[in-house]
Amino acid sequence: MRNILAFIVRFHFLLLFIILEVVAITMLVNSTYYQQSAILNTGNAVTGKFYTSASNITSYFKLRRTNELLSIENSILRQGSEFSFLKNDTNSFWKSDTLYKQQYKYIVARVIHNSVGKRNNYIMLDKGKRFGIQKDMAVITPNGIAGTVVSVSENFSWVMSLLNKHTRVSARIPKNGQMGTVVWNGVDPSVGTLTDIPAHVKLLRGDTIVTSGFSNIFPSGLMLGTIKDFRVEQGEHFYLIPFTFSVDFNSLDYVYVVKNLMKEEQDQLKQTTGEQANE
Amino acid sequence: MNRLVFQNIFRFVLLMLLQIVLLNKINFYGYLNPFVYILFILLLPFETPGWLLLVLSFVTGFTIDIFSGTPGLHTAASVLAGFARPSVIKLVGERDEYDSSMYPSLQNMGLKWFLTYTVILVFLHHAALNFLDVFSFVEFFQTLLRVLVSTIFTVLFIILIEYIFAPRKEKR
Repeated sequence: MRNILAFIVRFHFLLLFIILEVVAITMLVNSTYYQQSAILNTGNAVTGKFYTSASNITSYFKLRRTNELLSIENSILRQGSEFSFLKNDTNSFWKSDTLYKQQYKYIVARVIHNSVGKRNNYIMLDKGKRFGIQKDMAVITPNGIAGTVVSVSENFSWVMSLLNKHTRVSARIPKNGQMGTVVWNGVDPSVGTLTDIPAHVKLLRGDTIVTSGFSNIFPSGLMLGTIKDFRVEQGEHFYLIPFTFSVDFNSLDYVYVVKNLMKEEQDQLKQTTGEQANE
Repeated sequence: MNRLVFQNIFRFVLLMLLQIVLLNKINFYGYLNPFVYILFILLLPFETPGWLLLVLSFVTGFTIDIFSGTPGLHTAASVLAGFARPSVIKLVGERDEYDSSMYPSLQNMGLKWFLTYTVILVFLHHAALNFLDVFSFVEFFQTLLRVLVSTIFTVLFIILIEYIFAPRKEKR
C-alpha cells in the first residue's frame, strides 16, 4: 500500500496527465460524430446568450447585403404569385387546393455562431425545439443550401455546415440529369467537390449543380454551385469536379430551416421496403 | 501571492475574451486559425506545481471548447501543452535563480529564450489540435500546412501581445 502511494506521489504529474487526457479524448470521441448535444445543452444557457448578443452587433454590418438578397428573393416570389399572371380565360382559371399538398415549410432563423476555417465547421442558430426545429432538417439561404441540423435544444440549434468532413449531399447536374455526391475537402471555404459523375458525361465549366432531393432532407432543385473545373484522375471512372459554392459561408446571417412535412412518410416507406429486401 | 493569483485570473479572462470574440472569427483560406489563448498556459509562474499546471490547462481548453462547440478538442491539446511545459523549460534552459513569483515572459527571459519556448509549445499544441480535429493521417500534409501556418500566426500574435501589454522593467 505504501509503495502504491509512493508510486502515485512520485508519478502524480504523469498520472494526472494521462487521466485528464483520457477524459478529453473520451469527450472528443463521443462527440466527434455529429458533435452530440451534451455540450450544447449544458453550455447552452451561457454560450447561446453570449453569441446572440455578439451577433446582434455583427449583423448590422451585413444589413445592406441581407436586404439586397431579400429583395431579390421577393421579386422572384412576386413573379410566381397569381397577381402577376394575366387571367386570359376567366372560365377555367381557378386554384384547386386538392391538387397541391404542401410538402415543405420554412422557419426563419438567424446565424449566431459560424466558422469556415476548420476542417469540420458548424453553425449555431437562434431558434430551437420551441420553434419546431428538429434534427435532420435542411438549412438553406436564398442563394442555396447551407447545412443540416444535427442537434437541437430548447432555444438553439446546431447545424452541420456543408464545410464539414461528414457532408454528403445528393446532387444533380440539371443540364444532363447526372447524379453525384457533394463533399468538402477542407481547403477552400468557397469550393466544394462533386464526385460520382461518370467520366463519359460531357461537362462544361459554369454548369450549375443543384440538389437532387433524393435524401428526404433537402428539397430538390436548390442551388449548390457552378462547376469550376473538372478532371478524371488516372485509373478512375468518375470525375473529380471542384465547384464554386453559390452560398458565401463566411457571411451567413438569416437562413431558412426547411421542414419536410412528408419526411416521416418517406422514411417509413423506405424502411418497409428495406425490410422486405432483407427477408 | 494574492497579487499573482489575481493577475493570472485577469489574464485568463482577457485571453478567453480575445480568443472567443475576435480570433475565433479570423481565418484565411481555411488555413489560418490563431489560438492565442495558449499564452495563459505559457505565462504561468515557474513555480506552479505540476498538478495545478495540468488542471489549469484542462480548464483553459475546456472553456474554449464550450464556446467553439468542440468538446474535448482544445482540452486535449491544452493538457498536452501543459504536460510538455516543464520539459520544454528544461530543454530551453533554466535560469539559475528566480523567485517564486517569476514567470516565463518575454521581459523576464529575453526574446531568444521566449521565442524558442513559445514556438515549441505552440507547435505542439497546434499539431495535437489539428490532427485530433481531422482524426486521421489521410490528409497529412494538408493538415501539417495548417499547423505550420497557424503556429506562425499564433506566435506572431503572442510576441505582439507581449510587447504591447508586458510591464516595462528596468534593466538589471
